[in-house]
Amino acid sequence: MDMQMLYLIVPLAPLAGAIIAGLFGKWVGRTGAHLATIAGVTVSLIASVLVFQDVLAGHTFNGTVYTWMVLGDLRLEVGFLIDALTAMMMLVVTFVSLMVHIYTIGYMHDDPGYQRFFSYISLFTFSMLMLVMSNNFLQLFFGWEAVGLVSYLLIGFWYTKETAIYANLKAFLVNRVGDFGFILGIGLVLAHFGSLDYATVFARAPSLANETITIWFDTPWMLMTVIGILLFIGAMGKSAQFPLHVWLPDSMEGPTPISALIHAATMVTAGIFMVARMSPLYELSDVALSFIMVIGAITALFMGLLGIVQNDIKRVIAYSTLSQLGYMTVALGASAYSVAVFHLMTHAFFKALLFLAAGSVIIALHHNQDIRYMGGLKKYMPITWITSLIGSLALIGTPFLSGFYSKETIIEAAKLSHLPVADFAYWAVLIGVFVTAFYSFRMYFLVFHGKERFRQGHAHGNEPDAHHAGHHGETPHETPWVITGPLLALALPSLAIGYMTIEPMLYGDFFGNAVYVADRHPVMNELNQHFHGALAMGLHAVTTLPFWLAVTGVGLSAFFYLKRPDIPAAMAQRFKFLYRMLLNKYWFDELYSWLFAKGARALGGGLWRRGDQNVIDGFFVNGSAYLVERFSRLAKAFQSGYIYHYAFAMLIGVFALVTWFARLN
Amino acid sequence: MFGQSILSLVIWVPILAGVVVLATGSDRNAPLARWIALAGALLGLIVAFPLVSGFDTGTSAMQFVEKREWIPVINAFYHLGVDGISMPLILLNSFITVLVVIAGWQVIQDKVAQYMAAFLIMSGLINGVFAALDGILFYVFFEGMLIPLYLIIGVWGGPNRVYAAIKFFLYTLLGSLLMLVSMIYLYFQSGGSFDIQTWHATTLGMTAQTLMFFAFLLAFGVKVPMWPVHTWLPDAHVEAPTGGSVVLAAITLKVGAYGFLRFILPILPDASHELAWFVIMLSLIAVVYIGLVALVQADMKKLIAYSSIAHMGFVTLGFFLFNPLGWEGGLVQMISHGFVSAALFLCIGVMYDRLHSRQIKDYGGLASKMPVFAAFFMLFAMANAGLPATSGFVGEFMVIMAATQVNFWYALIAATTLITGAAYTLWMYKRVVFGSVTNPKVEAMRDIGAREILLLGVLAVCVLGMGLYPKPFTDVMHVSVIDLLAHVAQSKLP
Repeated sequence: MDMQMLYLIVPLAPLAGAIIAGLFGKWVGRTGAHLATIAGVTVSLIASVLVFQDVLAGHTFNGTVYTWMVLGDLRLEVGFLIDALTAMMMLVVTFVSLMVHIYTIGYMHDDPGYQRFFSYISLFTFSMLMLVMSNNFLQLFFGWEAVGLVSYLLIGFWYTKETAIYANLKAFLVNRVGDFGFILGIGLVLAHFGSLDYATVFARAPSLANETITIWFDTPWMLMTVIGILLFIGAMGKSAQFPLHVWLPDSMEGPTPISALIHAATMVTAGIFMVARMSPLYELSDVALSFIMVIGAITALFMGLLGIVQNDIKRVIAYSTLSQLGYMTVALGASAYSVAVFHLMTHAFFKALLFLAAGSVIIALHHNQDIRYMGGLKKYMPITWITSLIGSLALIGTPFLSGFYSKETIIEAAKLSHLPVADFAYWAVLIGVFVTAFYSFRMYFLVFHGKERFRQGHAHGNEPDAHHAGHHGETPHETPWVITGPLLALALPSLAIGYMTIEPMLYGDFFGNAVYVADRHPVMNELNQHFHGALAMGLHAVTTLPFWLAVTGVGLSAFFYLKRPDIPAAMAQRFKFLYRMLLNKYWFDELYSWLFAKGARALGGGLWRRGDQNVIDGFFVNGSAYLVERFSRLAKAFQSGYIYHYAFAMLIGVFALVTWFARLN
Repeated sequence: MFGQSILSLVIWVPILAGVVVLATGSDRNAPLARWIALAGALLGLIVAFPLVSGFDTGTSAMQFVEKREWIPVINAFYHLGVDGISMPLILLNSFITVLVVIAGWQVIQDKVAQYMAAFLIMSGLINGVFAALDGILFYVFFEGMLIPLYLIIGVWGGPNRVYAAIKFFLYTLLGSLLMLVSMIYLYFQSGGSFDIQTWHATTLGMTAQTLMFFAFLLAFGVKVPMWPVHTWLPDAHVEAPTGGSVVLAAITLKVGAYGFLRFILPILPDASHELAWFVIMLSLIAVVYIGLVALVQADMKKLIAYSSIAHMGFVTLGFFLFNPLGWEGGLVQMISHGFVSAALFLCIGVMYDRLHSRQIKDYGGLASKMPVFAAFFMLFAMANAGLPATSGFVGEFMVIMAATQVNFWYALIAATTLITGAAYTLWMYKRVVFGSVTNPKVEAMRDIGAREILLLGVLAVCVLGMGLYPKPFTDVMHVSVIDLLAHVAQSKLP
């Protein structure tokens, strides 16, 4: 088959599924909806595999699908750029999406919005594929906003739940703050490069490397720095980087399958993907790279810390996702784009796995999400248990597991980077290893080991569970195969994908020209010198600091939460301020809601009442009407209707005029 | 036979249809009046089709020109013609007229014939505004269209309709009187011509240009409406019946913006360049200030009215950036806003018909009761928030891109609409459609029927079509815009 046809099939097959399930859901029924969407995603996955093989064989593609708009010399188009970066993303997206589609059959089994849900996740898959396959900034922005829309729809999927519809509005608006920067970045690209086509822009980038623009008074700014930072602000929104991270934990109000697909594996990594894609631009500005690195480091460490005190199983994983996205961002800042994308891939598998496993636990416990009321689930849910363990081990960077290779390399990259902020980033990601191990295994132990506390639990349901009332006290049991199957399928890459792919992806020529690293930033070369194969790297791990930090984290959490649960409780008492600070997420939500939500409404209300009603309408509009009325009342007095009044006025008039004329002459 | 007078047909078919509808008289014949009105509106749309099929996108010259003697004493002609700027607007107007007739089908039970006739006559007059190439002819249509709209608000409006109608009428009349003075001045300066294209070539001193600039700015700025002469619009919308709001937002606001391109910019290029900062400032205030004001509105119609003002701010901003992207972005925004605001006012009409309230607080939980409606409303809300793949994105995107080329700060301030636009639209949507049903009356609301699905469906196709493939629209405008820009770039100082 023609390759270009295949490229089109990849996004259009899920779109077709989404349309069938969405518009004709009533007619095709529940089975029809999931069959149509799963068929669409399966076709898309198979096509992606074929495309991937074609790319491995050395074929890349950059071409137009259709022309969106023409303005003289400016052509805005919808088109595809297929290279190694795209092909890898396509595989990750379609694979995780397929797993989530299958899983959804079980998870959403009793939900009245079954067809709608399938339609949304297929629509999401389409949007995400359009985003990663784009060959220009316009389509990138299309995909960017489209995934945001579907995320909005899915977070608010249970639209009668007040917390959910608060969370989805918040997610959309915070993302819009990011998009605000993003669109300005695109605007500057268009203004200075005269094109929105990646290839054209990247080719012209070196010639504009020293271009400066004046934004604030007379201070010149490097064009590339401004563009880089503006585009990255978009990434901060989408990839939930500090300080635009606030929406992601709240997005957990949505159903669990989408937490896995959208808010862990794919959409939130769009920002990482974007920066990697724009590497020819970012390589020209050390300032932008430093900015990225600092933001990533802050996110990696401080968001991880929040995971320690969370009690909602999904929120623990959400903070873990924030922290891991921070790791990827640090790698981007260190010019180790391929490492960032590598971690993106391994993270997609093990984090999707962790979320889906959490969903399995939630189902088994009838929508209880509070880990304080779990425990001892190991023996009731063997598959969920073992896959969770694999996911957690991969996440904390256990040697030979997938997360180890990517995370370890990020730490090394931060260490080797020559940016002035690299030291801070290195310590942040290093301490982050301990934190990650601690919160991950705190959750793991509280859920699967220790005393069985789920019987004493109250129904602290996060999801509508009216019909589940009265189920408590039952013995939990393993979930059906549509749920455990995807867990097993995701466990495999979580175990092995890092070991298998680190060499070609990081040190081979897999990415080819898809990412560009300037000679000034030799981090990848230096990493390569230390690398002696995946096996050696795994064996060498026991002599490194991160390994022992992770071990300490696991050990400490075991001690705290299995042996002496009184200690963490006592510490929360002892360090009350610290505990409250973490529990309240550094008070960002309170600050933003006071400053922006309340502030904007107060300002709007003030402008409306003072500006529109008092000044414009009250003074000018109605005021002039009032003046006219007063004047006409006055004038009316002269219209007395008596002839002698008028005659008298005429007489005076004639007299005045005659005098005037006489004086003139 | 009618080949040479398509524009006349476009103007007079709806007006004649309106007269015929009027002739059906009292409400005993209401069904007949409705059907004649629908036939007239459809016929009006059909006779406009040749404008598209026969349009030559390769030239900026006026097409489908008709020129007949009209008032020889003052040298005024019945002179019609369209270019790539006005043709899409005529089509938009003829299209919206059909929707408005359908929208008023069941809702209007009182003085049906008069209601339908007012819309048809207004439609013809507005087509006249867009097609007129003679100053006096333009002025007649421009003022004439106020009368039906005044009646629509004043007769079929809400409780405070008289205040709103008079405010609307006086506000717009105030501006246009100064415009008439300017036109008479232009008549003398151009050696006794009311021909708009002659005026384009008339040399004018800076003082004259500046004075006329403010006169025209007031006339068209009130119509757009620009901050701070916008306060008539929310009142007019709140009191107007649904159809009135649709036409008001979708069409009459465009008349003001159109005036910028036909009069202010080409006739007064030097003053326009000199005072561009002033208009840009007003436009940016509209985007930010009005966006914030929209946020706190409790009445849905007021909210969308304020949103319209903010969106029209993008149009005037685009025009005064003096580059093709900005102008075409402004024009695209005009058409798109025609679809989106029409759709949103229809959506509010759908809710009002059922609950008889426009207050956001009276709603909540519509998604459970009216899922199909909720889906349509979501699409239009997203279009209003400028989401890509909807028409609302295209114009905003183009204008922001154009602004970056001129001044980064213009773009920065304009781009705040990404946040405010989403905030006021989606916050309203959340409170109206999401959540649990708290008002028992909402419990009884039924989902939209075939007629409403047809209306919203057609607009949904337009919104998505223009968002996914705007090329046909910009292709029509492009040559006219480029040549007009070149004309505006030349000084007309003596």
